[in-house]
Amino acid sequence: MSFLAVSKVSKSFGGPAIVDAVDLSVERGAFFALLGPSGCGKTTLLRMIAGFETPDSGTITIDGAVMNAVPPNLRPTNMVFQSYAIFPHLNVFDNIAYGLRKLRLPGDELRRRVEAMLATVRLEGLGGRAADQLSGGQRQRVALARALVRQPKVLLLDEPLGALDKRLRETMQIELRAIQRKVGITFLLVTHDQEEALSLSDRVAVMSGGRILQIASPRELYERPNCREVADFIGEINFFHATVKGMSDGNVTVNAGLLGIVTLPSANVAPSITAGDHILLAIRPEHIRVGGQGVAGEIVTATFLGERSHFHVKIAGRTELVAVSGQAPSGKDVMLAFPAEKLIAVPTL
Amino acid sequence: MKNRTLLVYACFYLAFLYLPVLVLPLFSFNNSAFIAFPLTGFTTRWYGALADSALQQALVNSLRVGIAAALLSTLLGLLAAKAVTRYRLKGRNAALGLISLPLFIPDIVLGISLLLLVGTMGLPLSLVAVMLGHLLICVPFSLAVLIARFEGFDRNLEEASADLGEDGWMTFWRVTCPLMLPGIVASLLLTFITSFDEFLVAYFLSGTEATLPVYIWSQLRFPARLPMVLALGTIILAVSVVLVVLAEKLRNQGVKKPMVGA
Repeated sequence: MSFLAVSKVSKSFGGPAIVDAVDLSVERGAFFALLGPSGCGKTTLLRMIAGFETPDSGTITIDGAVMNAVPPNLRPTNMVFQSYAIFPHLNVFDNIAYGLRKLRLPGDELRRRVEAMLATVRLEGLGGRAADQLSGGQRQRVALARALVRQPKVLLLDEPLGALDKRLRETMQIELRAIQRKVGITFLLVTHDQEEALSLSDRVAVMSGGRILQIASPRELYERPNCREVADFIGEINFFHATVKGMSDGNVTVNAGLLGIVTLPSANVAPSITAGDHILLAIRPEHIRVGGQGVAGEIVTATFLGERSHFHVKIAGRTELVAVSGQAPSGKDVMLAFPAEKLIAVPTL
Repeated sequence: MKNRTLLVYACFYLAFLYLPVLVLPLFSFNNSAFIAFPLTGFTTRWYGALADSALQQALVNSLRVGIAAALLSTLLGLLAAKAVTRYRLKGRNAALGLISLPLFIPDIVLGISLLLLVGTMGLPLSLVAVMLGHLLICVPFSLAVLIARFEGFDRNLEEASADLGEDGWMTFWRVTCPLMLPGIVASLLLTFITSFDEFLVAYFLSGTEATLPVYIWSQLRFPARLPMVLALGTIILAVSVVLVVLAEKLRNQGVKKPMVGA
């Protein structure tokens, strides 16, 4: 039994299902991300786990206890809101202490806990600061501290870095990861930023249209997406139409048109694919060997980006693809090699 | 140089606004029944003349109407403000426009229409009728103050409170109430003053129960009573200023800068 389990959970607001029979399991102490475009149902799922929405069907359990009928104030979860929802009439200290009232701690014990949490989020000495005198990054830290000080079983984060500028976001990503390791609480993060999901989490669930497409480690998602949508959503990728010719143990042979007959390891082939299927072969830009022995192409545009260059290449006069390489080839004509072990096969749909 | 010109302009502007009003307190302390310069001496006897039973009755009438109108219009304003800010309503803008319309209808038109309405319905002219008329005028003020307050109020705050372990009642007590309270008090003060100072609607609807402005109007017919009216006006002016300043202070208190990401 996993620590946080979502089982066949569906939710609609009168219209089509926003969350559609979702299954999810998160291990204790994990940093888990729900990744998907806006409107894919990830925030609704998060709000159901927090208790702000009620599932139409299915169950949510945390540490073995069914949560469906438990109101938000009695759940062992705490949330970092996208807007942070810092109480404007309270200072930093009182914001963080807000959720500790019920514990009826003696004054100095309360103070000790809040001060410790201020130190964890690196806001030492700012306890007396008024809520409206905080910068965006500081508000984010207060929201985090206010939720963590209650030592929830699961911390829910709704696009926590979305409101910050790029530099601050990168700093906070590193810090968020460090804080999660330190406190050891299970984090469930909702984001539409694939980079954020990949860099922060142990596991990622990719959502689209209310369903979960794939749950895997960030590396697995990147290297072995199980469908076109996941491949497309995580990073850049090139697709070729192909047909499966034959499958033997360990290898799959496909007719990839321009690329010829290719044999790739079956680990790179999505499990639903069988012999005779029309499929898509996919390869990441950085896996195409520019200047290798293979297919002839013509460079359409080349963008120098410092340590690497970015190319748009036409092969056979029409198919356009993206390649990344360390060294810039001279001239317009270029040879491209497609290492078979880097090719991924996914269903066309 | 430029700053000095602006300063002079600002002084003239303030003088233009407030000197006419200051004539009222000035002559209320003047020891003469005639309102004319030069001043003849200092006296407080006009204030002594305020101990008049008809006047006191008018004051009580005005207070009763004002307090009732303030409480009711703030309650109605609170409900309407919550509705238009918290829920997606069809016809939201039309409703807002209709509620605010009495602000733009001349009070004399409003007064006459209400008089006709009360007449055709066979209701007696009374303080209740005045209070109902004042509701029309007061609700838009209350609504404007409270909508501003609700809009500066992130809905997630109430959810955050629930998330942090508080039930609905404690959330209201610890979050909603402190955040809305300055708006509610400001609305009470503003609507009270609006009703207390209102003359035209009260003039048409009060019948035999005069409110203070109606009483003052009736006294203007007697030249000898004029200094007493000035004294009364001075007191009303002072109280009004204090209340409005208080309301504005409360209205702006704790109004925060836009939230990051909100």
